[in-house]
Amino acid sequence: MPPMHVAVCVKQIPDPAAPGRLDPATRTLVREGKFVMDDSDSYGVEMALQLVQAAGGGAVTVISMAPGGEIKGVREALAMGADDAIVVSDEALRGSDALSTAKVLAAAVRRAGEAGGGIDLVLAATESTDGYTGTTPVQVAALLGLPSITFAKKVTSDGVTVTVERQTDEGHDDVQAALPALVTLTAGSVEPRYPAFKAIMGAKSKPCQVIGLADLGLAASDVGFTGARQEITSVVAAAERTAGEVVEDDGQAHIRIVSYLESLKVV
Amino acid sequence: MAVERIWVVVEPAGGGAATNGLELLAGARGLASTVEAVTFGDANGAATILGDHGAATVLTVDTGNAMAGVPVAAAIVAALEARGSDRPTAILLPQTYEGRDIAGRLSVALDAPVLANAVGLGHDAGRLVAEHAVFGGSTIVKAAFTTDRVQLFLVRPKTFVAEGGAGAAGTVEALPIPDTGRPGATTVLARHTEDRQGPKLDEAAVVVSGGRGLGAPERYALVEELARLLNGAPGATRAIVDAGWVPYSYQVGQTGKTVKPEVYVAVGISGATQHMVGMKGAKKIIAINKDRDAPIFAICDLGIVGDVTKILPKLIDALKNR
Repeated sequence: MPPMHVAVCVKQIPDPAAPGRLDPATRTLVREGKFVMDDSDSYGVEMALQLVQAAGGGAVTVISMAPGGEIKGVREALAMGADDAIVVSDEALRGSDALSTAKVLAAAVRRAGEAGGGIDLVLAATESTDGYTGTTPVQVAALLGLPSITFAKKVTSDGVTVTVERQTDEGHDDVQAALPALVTLTAGSVEPRYPAFKAIMGAKSKPCQVIGLADLGLAASDVGFTGARQEITSVVAAAERTAGEVVEDDGQAHIRIVSYLESLKVV
Repeated sequence: MAVERIWVVVEPAGGGAATNGLELLAGARGLASTVEAVTFGDANGAATILGDHGAATVLTVDTGNAMAGVPVAAAIVAALEARGSDRPTAILLPQTYEGRDIAGRLSVALDAPVLANAVGLGHDAGRLVAEHAVFGGSTIVKAAFTTDRVQLFLVRPKTFVAEGGAGAAGTVEALPIPDTGRPGATTVLARHTEDRQGPKLDEAAVVVSGGRGLGAPERYALVEELARLLNGAPGATRAIVDAGWVPYSYQVGQTGKTVKPEVYVAVGISGATQHMVGMKGAKKIIAINKDRDAPIFAICDLGIVGDVTKILPKLIDALKNR
């Protein structure tokens, strides 16, 4: 099998457990604090490493967009075993929507391919944890002129094609496309490895290029709040649910639940 | 009406049109004078039901054995050009596997942004306004486009209620698919349907979901058993989907499905914002969790503080013995 060059799109996000808030001026999500690699992306990194290993050689390049130049989350991917990274950082990127983000990521993937013999496969999560629009990967594929197979549960490649078990509501489809292609991965598709301490230290010396918009030939007006071409018109509180009865189980809670279900005519 | 014309992408399901597509038709009827449906796959034969739900025209795309995203988007783009001044102001798509694929491809082809995850769609001074639930559904952010391009909205299932009786069978018009080149070259080799009994997760009147509090993957069988006894569907939190206990299609929440059942039973679920946004719309919520301070207890109608591994088997037995 020929060596395989896989690009993995990785998003660095604020701690997902931290309470979020909106910027009062822009009414967009404030992205602050310590950044980590989105857990959703660990499956892509793991899958890339396994595919390159199965191909008997190649490379895994991490692609990330981070307005404030964050690289901590990218280092996590490098510690897992990715070879190098391209991080696009520019203050003008703040407020970018999914399409603008895709324009940036696609340009960065193209740049990663220029260094070698082109990218064979682009991997991404089905959606990010914080933004979760779930359209960016397909937009990247469209911008690069690639076929895309989304919601993969399983991915194999013979170096010429990629074959995917694609999650559906009814079960799954077996789908195939010729390389180069883009595939998005569902959680649980592979088990991401935990990097050893040595790998975490070693990741610090792996190549991580931080480049700006101009390096990709993109204008500030293509991205950020201007490029998004949408605006928040208002922010309102949602209707609150009120707490009902909460009781400690005294060994008879199941009877309480059954009678409640009876009162609702469910049973 | 807010706008002249809206197109709704209706995907196939079980030999006909998916309910989430019919829901979008109901939503579009409240916003546009003329509503037209774009369908593919099995839904192409559903002109009668689509007409009944308000589609004046049913535009069909024959996707064959390719994935839907590229050919459906390409056919829509070509149809938009052919329509000239009869172009729709907006296209509504369901926030589903295929809906997202089609929206992503359309967005690039039209260089038009997408407003995704809408949980409501209204209008203000002639402008379409989407509602988005943030922070676990406690806050609603309303957003609108500032571009005059075709407006693309991905709407979460269960945002609108499907309602028939709106008209006769829609006029069917087959849309040609232009050459899609390499991006269109995906082949569905085989389709596998899991043998699953009971209702679909996003259409079930009762949903029983399990979370980390179950303690071990094999205990998910208790959730399935309880769901079966209540004629409901089993669901899951992101935590146990990430852990590989159950597939992604079971996931309820922000990065998963939105459910609005009559009764939602949360088993071993603490109530992370990620999960709450997907199930807060349930009529009644029953929660079982060992942590008295779990956020789920602040929104449930009946909360049981206790050990799910002790309560569930007893509950299952009690239901079996009724």
